[in-house]
Amino acid sequence: MKALLLLAAGMLVAAPAWTQNRVIPQAGLKSGFEFLSPDLKKMQLDDFANPGTLWVDRGEKLWRAEAGAAKKSCADCHGDARASMKGVAARYPQVDRHSGDLMTLEARILQSRVERQKAVPFARESEDLLALSAYVAYQSRGMAMEADIEGAARKHFDAGEAMFFRRRGQLNLNCAHCHDANWGRTLYAERISQGQPNAYPAYRLEWQTLGSLERRLRACLSGVRAEILPFGSPEYADLALYLSWRAKGLPIETPGVRR
Amino acid sequence: MQYAVNAAAALLVAAMAAGFAQAQTPPLSLVPYVVAGGSIEKPLAAPGNVQRGQAIVLDKSLSSCVLCHVVPDPEHRPMGNIAPPLAGVGARLSAGQMRLRLVDSTLLNAHSIMPPYYRVEGLHQVAPAWRGKPIMSAQQIEDMVAWLLTLKEPPR
Repeated sequence: MKALLLLAAGMLVAAPAWTQNRVIPQAGLKSGFEFLSPDLKKMQLDDFANPGTLWVDRGEKLWRAEAGAAKKSCADCHGDARASMKGVAARYPQVDRHSGDLMTLEARILQSRVERQKAVPFARESEDLLALSAYVAYQSRGMAMEADIEGAARKHFDAGEAMFFRRRGQLNLNCAHCHDANWGRTLYAERISQGQPNAYPAYRLEWQTLGSLERRLRACLSGVRAEILPFGSPEYADLALYLSWRAKGLPIETPGVRR
Repeated sequence: MQYAVNAAAALLVAAMAAGFAQAQTPPLSLVPYVVAGGSIEKPLAAPGNVQRGQAIVLDKSLSSCVLCHVVPDPEHRPMGNIAPPLAGVGARLSAGQMRLRLVDSTLLNAHSIMPPYYRVEGLHQVAPAWRGKPIMSAQQIEDMVAWLLTLKEPPR
């Protein structure tokens, strides 16, 4: 009996992260897609109507274009993205084996561009970075999100989770107040979504352009009158990892269309 | 120092006034107030103006009230349904109870999601433009209280 108790205690201590409590059970996950009007759903589903296709096409050209002092293209190392990048975005953000840093897809693309291509990095939210990240994520379209939160990723996951539940800004709200506890209800004139990240980079009507998940997170921070952290801040990556875990099983929709 | 002594005394008095009463020391930039028995009895400013209060509550970008609450509105603008409708709130709550909920509803319920309209301390990562400033001025709080008290009719 004592041994059993000890074993049970040991299991508690070593509980793997997938036993983490989910506020929204996996069966209840709803992509932001489900909160769109029929017109916008149609726009996302039709590649000819979806404005995000423009960035995906541009990304495909960039993938094959030589760049930097190394005179290499992405394709020179990674080959055909349709094969090599399939499923990659579904597993991001991911810890960099060498630095231990948590990398979003955008950060990884920038890293490759500087370290492998020896090129000037793209600016955050630039058309080129959005195009390449949309093109890479597009290769996982329809695949389930499955970010790894074990091992080296765990501390980033914990930080992201803490950020999700931390009240902030002059309005003193946390992410869960809207996206766990009140999704489906109406905020002014719009239904609140679950805040799922599976469509990014996405074309947002409010922006009239494609934008990253980080840009979307900044919009929420600004809404609660909280400090906006610079693009590429580790806090965004941590939060993105928590969101990816929270969205586990939702299909990648990149390029999504959102309000 | 004098302020601190006074504040400490006020806290002690308030705590003694009612066994479970909460009391707190507002920061110097805000008009001091005392929370007791689920209420802030003393007005924070001059008596509220009903018309101004209505304009503030119905102005979505100024007060954000209608983002979450349905409020009686002659113009029937869009409104949210995250929090209870405010029709009839003037019959349900006293001025002091309303004032406390507007000032900082987490003093009543730590889990409340209603933004604290008259609080600047204990907030995390407030954007520089808003740091140290309450969402509403003391007079705006009183104006809102004045109009909300006129909402006696329950929602239809």
